[in-house]
Amino acid sequence: MDFQSCVKIQKEWDIVGARQMGREYAKEIGFGTVDQARIATAISELARNIYLYAGKGKVCFETIDEINHKGLCVVALDDGPGIQDISQVMEDGFSTSGGLGAGLPGVRRLMDQFDIISQPGKGTEIRTVKWVR
Amino acid sequence: MDNNLNSIVINNSDTIVKDWLEQVSKNRKNDYTSTISEELFESTNRQFVNVIFSSLEKQGISTELDDFSERLINLGWPLSYLTDGLQAFRRVTINFILSQSEQVDSEYLSEVLDMVDNWVDPIINQLVNEYSGSWEHIVSLQQVALQELSAPLIPVMENITVMPLIGTIDTERAKLIMENLLEGVIKHNAEVVLIDITGVPVVDTMVAHHIIQAAEAVRLIGSTCILVGIRPEIAQTIVNLGIDLGKFPTKSSLKKGFKTALELTNRRIVKSENSDEGIEKLLDSLDRE
Repeated sequence: MDFQSCVKIQKEWDIVGARQMGREYAKEIGFGTVDQARIATAISELARNIYLYAGKGKVCFETIDEINHKGLCVVALDDGPGIQDISQVMEDGFSTSGGLGAGLPGVRRLMDQFDIISQPGKGTEIRTVKWVR
Repeated sequence: MDNNLNSIVINNSDTIVKDWLEQVSKNRKNDYTSTISEELFESTNRQFVNVIFSSLEKQGISTELDDFSERLINLGWPLSYLTDGLQAFRRVTINFILSQSEQVDSEYLSEVLDMVDNWVDPIINQLVNEYSGSWEHIVSLQQVALQELSAPLIPVMENITVMPLIGTIDTERAKLIMENLLEGVIKHNAEVVLIDITGVPVVDTMVAHHIIQAAEAVRLIGSTCILVGIRPEIAQTIVNLGIDLGKFPTKSSLKKGFKTALELTNRRIVKSENSDEGIEKLLDSLDRE
């Protein structure tokens, strides 16, 4: 699938680049400040997960402009180790890195749609959408 | 043979320079140097070609090249001006030498190419090194400057200190924040520390985690940490993320946090009533004199 634009995540500062681009898209589409902050935070979580667990990957953006709804699709892709037990990582408070364990469940609450596909050893794809209200 | 080629180039420098200047002026139309005035561009071209020839004559890197590149870096000329210029020089010189030779076989051609590469490549390397060296220097200076700004601690009043945070917080900075915070609390004997996150654009779980850890560490050494400057949208994302910041007080603005800090240290702000009278008396006494 082709995306409008992608940001590669390799260094910690790439996270900042990804969320700045996401914020810009969100502003363009017409999200309010609160939703902009939500999207930026969600991108920050997804990108940080890539940086922490997969080492490298990318965050891609796609604006959705249909007749009766507009939104922003954010996709995080990596070829990292994958997730063993998806239901476990979606629980609040589960973390393997000593963090708060609020990342992925938090992203699900920040965004409107949330899909996760992961195969151990092959990588992870997380697709999220936020709709303009 | 080598010296032969060398002297061909040096003896015919006028023609080569003319060709080169033409080439460079032609290149100029579609690029970056269009904002530079015609005179400056031409005089720089002259200097450039002089520098190239002087390093050809001396068979190596000359101090003139150093001076020239330093000047261009200071003036902010793009590196591509120099590399394009040298590529053009390479092309012009090769063409010129070949046009002067009566017969050209592949051996001769490769020799000429080798020769010209040996002149031009060291100059390109030198220039690229100078440029990248100056960039690296700037980056390292800025890193130091950024680090100095990254976690300042301001003792605003006896027992009360403020740490204003502006910009993105990464792992490196989070470490500095923690260190400066604890060191400062001991040094200034602070009972209350206010961490102001008004200028932090995004508070995600990592940032929140570091703030929670810092606040917990401050609590361990017997002081109170108040998190201030939580903007409404940040408050909502924190709730969405499900982060518990309930272990320490939080306030929307530095002003409110400061008030709470004063209350915690048994003080409050009192408006002085007779200040106006005092000034009037002073004015009166001045009038009398």
